[in-house]
Parts: sequence; C-alpha cells; structure tokens
Amino acid sequence: MSLVMTYREALREALRDAMQRDPRVFLMGEDVGRYGGSYAVSLGLLEAFGPERIRDAPLSELGFVGAGIGAALAGMRPIIEIMTVNFSLLALDPLMNTAAALRHMSGGQFSVPLVVRMATGAGRQLAAQHSHSLEGWFAHIPGLKILAPATVEDARGMLWPALLDPDPVLIFEHAQLYNLEGDPGDWASIDINRARIRRAGKDLTLITYGGTLGKALAAAEELAGVGIDCEVIDLRVLRPLDDATLLASVCKTRRALVVDEGWRSGSLSAEIITRIIEQGFYELDAPPARVCSAEVPIPYPRHLEEAALPQVASIVTAAQQLCQGKTT
Amino acid sequence: MTPSSLPRDSALDLLRDMVRIRRLEERAGELYGASKIRGFLHLYIGEEAVAVGVLHALAADDAVVATYREHAHALLKGVPMKAIMAEMYGRQEGCSRGRGGSMHLFDARTRFFGGNAIVAGGLPLTVGLALAEHMQGGSRLCACFFGEGAMAEGAFHESINLAALWRLPVLFCCENNLYAMGTALERSQSQTDLCAKASAYKVEARAVDGMNVIAVHEATRHAVEHIRAGHGPFFLEFRTYRFRAHSMFDPQLYRDKEEVEQWKARGPIHTYSSQLKAEGLLDEPGFLAILAQVDAEVEEAIAYAENGSLEPIEDLSRDVYTPRSAP
Repeated sequence: MSLVMTYREALREALRDAMQRDPRVFLMGEDVGRYGGSYAVSLGLLEAFGPERIRDAPLSELGFVGAGIGAALAGMRPIIEIMTVNFSLLALDPLMNTAAALRHMSGGQFSVPLVVRMATGAGRQLAAQHSHSLEGWFAHIPGLKILAPATVEDARGMLWPALLDPDPVLIFEHAQLYNLEGDPGDWASIDINRARIRRAGKDLTLITYGGTLGKALAAAEELAGVGIDCEVIDLRVLRPLDDATLLASVCKTRRALVVDEGWRSGSLSAEIITRIIEQGFYELDAPPARVCSAEVPIPYPRHLEEAALPQVASIVTAAQQLCQGKTT
Repeated sequence: MTPSSLPRDSALDLLRDMVRIRRLEERAGELYGASKIRGFLHLYIGEEAVAVGVLHALAADDAVVATYREHAHALLKGVPMKAIMAEMYGRQEGCSRGRGGSMHLFDARTRFFGGNAIVAGGLPLTVGLALAEHMQGGSRLCACFFGEGAMAEGAFHESINLAALWRLPVLFCCENNLYAMGTALERSQSQTDLCAKASAYKVEARAVDGMNVIAVHEATRHAVEHIRAGHGPFFLEFRTYRFRAHSMFDPQLYRDKEEVEQWKARGPIHTYSSQLKAEGLLDEPGFLAILAQVDAEVEEAIAYAENGSLEPIEDLSRDVYTPRSAP
C-alpha cells in the first residue's frame, strides 16, 4: 500500500506519534504552538496536546535550548525546535559546553537525552543569515549525534530512535525538502546508525546527504545517459560517520565524489575524503573530488544563490572529470 | 533573627559548615602551591556564609547548580569532602572520576548539577530542571548560584524571563562579590541595583547581607516558602566578598589591600562565632573542638586523594556517549 505524504507531514506525524507514545516527550521552540511552526511542521499539534507539551518559547535560543538540557537531565524527553540553523549559533554554548560535554566531564553520571530539530540549507532566497549548512560544524563535536533525513521515510522514522537515544541528537531538516513528496515506507524499522545506498552503481560513488541527495540522484540519472553508472550514498548520520558503507562502495567503484552543501574548507566533505584516503587509498583509481558551496555568505538574488550551491550540472561535470580515462 | 532563635545544634552546624569550607579551601590553596592540584582553582574564602545559609534552607532532594567556584556548594549538598579533594587531585575516586577537576564537581546522587565553568551557563540548565519538575507535578525546587558578573550575560536575562514567564520553582542566588574577575560591578553594568534587574522580570527580589549567615539563612527560608507555595521564582542578592584572588593566577591589581582588609573585618566565621559566644552558645574550647574535628576531616580527605588512583588511559573515550547494550 502506498501512502504518499510530504516530508513536512512525515515530520509532523513523527512528532504526533512520539507525543502519544511517551508522556515525557514535549516540543519546545519559537512559534511551535499558536503559529504552527515556522515551517508549519507542528501545525495542529497544539490543539491535540495543549500548551504545556507544545510549548511556545520566547526568542531565547540560548535559554530554551539550555532549558531543554535541564529538562532532559530531570527525566523528560524534550524535542527542541530551532527555527533555522543560523539561529542555532545563539545556542552553541549549551549545545557544546553542556549537552555534548556533560556525560564525559561528569565521569559518566549524567546523560542528556535531548533531541534538537532545525531547518538548514539554502535555495529559498533567504540570503546570508537564513541559508547556511552548518551541520558539518556540529558533526565536529564529540558527544553529539547528527542526523540529516533526506527522504520522507527518514523524516517519518528518525525521530523515535533519536528519542530513544540516551545522548543529545541533532536533526537537520533541509528547508528545501519540506514539500518533498514520498512514501514513508518501512519507517518504523529504520535505524539511525547507517548510511544507505539510494542508487546502486559500479563506476563512481556519489556521497551526499540531506538537501543535495535529490540533486545527486538527478545527476546520476543524467550520467547514466553518458555511460557512467553512479552509486549514490545517503549518509543520513553525519556523526558518527558510517565508514564501512562508504568504504565498501568506494572499494567497488574506485572513485568517490562528495557533494556537500557546506563550505569546502574544514568541512564534512574534507573529513569524508580524508577517511576514504586513509582507509582506501590503494583501492582508488582517481583522486576523490567534491562539489561544495562557494565560500561566500549565501546571497539573495536567485542567480547568485544558484551559482553558490552544488547543482546537478556541477555534479555531472565533476563526475565526468573524475571518470575521464576510465576503462570499463 | 539571632543564632539563639535557632536550635543550638543548628546554630553550631552553620558555624561548623563554614569552617569546613574554609579549612578545605585553605588546604586546597596550599596543595595548589605544592602542585598537587592543577588547572584553575577558585577559592570561596570569605563567601562561606552564602552557601551555608542557603544550603541549610534547602531540602535534600532539591537540585543545586553552581559555578566554577563551587567546592562549598558541592560539600554542603552532601558530596563527601574526600570525593571533592580526590576530584581536585584528578583521581578517579573523585566525584567526577577526576575528569572535571575543581571547576566540574558533579554528583547525581545528591542532585548536584555542577560545577559549570561558563559564566551563567548553569542558569538555563536550572530553568530546565525546574521546568521538568513543574511538568512532572513535583515540589522540589532548583537553586542556581552565580556571580554578579553573570548578570551581564544574556543567559541570565533569558533564564529569569523563562522562569518568571512559566512560574517555575527556581531560586536565583546571586553571589555579588563586587568583581567579575577584575572588573568591578559599576564598570561593567549600567544598572548596579541587581534586584531591580530581577524585578524588571516581575520576580520577587531581596538584597541580603551575605557576610551574615543568619541573614542569608532567614532570607532563603522565606524565598523557599514563596517558591514552594507555587508563587514562582525568587531572586536573592547576597552582598559578599572574596578574600582571596579570583584564581591562583590573579595578582589583584584591581582592588586595594585596604578594601580587602575592611571586608575581612566582617569575615563571616569570626563574626558569627563571636556572636555565638556572646549568646552563650559556644565557648573557646568548643570552637577549638570544631576546628580540630574539621581539620581531621580535611586531612582524611587529603589522604584519600593522595592514595587515589588515576583513570586508565584506555578509558579516555569512555562516556563520550552512553554505553548501550547490543541489540
């Protein structure tokens, strides 16, 4: 049976389901209640669960993220919504200095079962303070788990295992995906540990996550037309990285192209390529390559924003360069 | 209120606990000089009346969140002195397995949530603990300690707004020792009336002589009653003074020796012990007996720390994440 829904609806159903299953769960953030969520994810949940559990917070990212940590310590299972990733910078202190560090620095006494959701990414002409992809930064921090649902199935299924996780989990929802339609599939059985192969292929491994998965899959279709058969890996979990799935694929295709909407320097793409080289250097037929965002604050006008981001065309070009001289 | 309006045992307990803090910290300072304790060490000497007066007014299961100057709060919350000393020694017998050191004392058993070395960082955490208490229908309160310097941080303002907005059971305890490291209050905050800041958020506020343990205790009891009655948070400003340097690296260029001496004349231990003697609740042999008893506890704690063990390097990565049983 096919049950098509949007990514937004899948997130909402996941929230509804979690609230019903566990009375300790509550959602807190700016405009999650009366407004219905800035991306309308929580629309209708206030009516279903009331203002205690669908808790509108003032514009205090530092305050309500920190409060989420405290509530998690005291036995609740908070889900904190941060409107967009750029605003999460106002809450970096509690996320890094408290949530990520607490268990280790307390000698294992305090786990922080906190889930934080936020929109990330560009493509909606929202300019330089609403459009960045900073999940790679967060993936730098030991103590956090970082998820990037790229499909309706993951949007529906990742929240519950994230809530079951005893440690802080950050979920990055690419803002371009909210209207994506799809079948939630076998959402109840998904894990939050492994990368997934979204398209099998033999010539080149395209490694990506989140908002650029669709672009990578479109590029793979185009490349198939010119005889390059791509395997597309959706990382899904940005920390800890699933090296095994990555390396198994790269050792098969012998070529790797990373597509990452983050900036290039010091990025998640840099980390992935390093791991491929460290663990698979002698299996490679070509140096790994990457397509990242231009190293500029994301600009407002559409043509410049598009030029700043990884696109299907730039992925196709990079893939063709990587496969030059390939003999099959 | 005077000491004699307390039961005698309680009156003497307040003194004994101030002496425990004082002697623990005097010895910690010496051990720092002897390189037994490293990193940062922030001593509370001079401010003992605040932690003692407040903690004696809280229930055992109330939550406490403190700063990096928190040996006193941990001790009075019930963390054994030997576990505190072992922590400062970096030994795995310490209350945070030696991983935190002086600034990161933690103890789940007594609901002592640190040991926070980000100024004002413990405040949002406290609000969350109180939010959970509120949502779970409990009656425990959550006390946080912070310096006056923290009131320049956004975290203070966000936290007190949340606590007031949601009428959460938070006791805000400002330890106003006049200097944020070396920056005097009037050089760093446009509004130096700290209670006015709390009042701006519609939070009940009171300034208290933080050198007077009885005044601290009485004010806290009143605040605790207010919070437990469901009237929301309470803010207490304790006017106190740090007799020692900010940390062990501070040459104290920002204040006059004369000022320090003036405050020392109001030292909480000798003023309170004099008061107890004047009221016939204590005599000199009794005072010396307390000192001897406390010194024995401190030396025992030091011996425990000296004999403690170092965490094996193989455990370095343990507890970055919570161990999970295999599915």
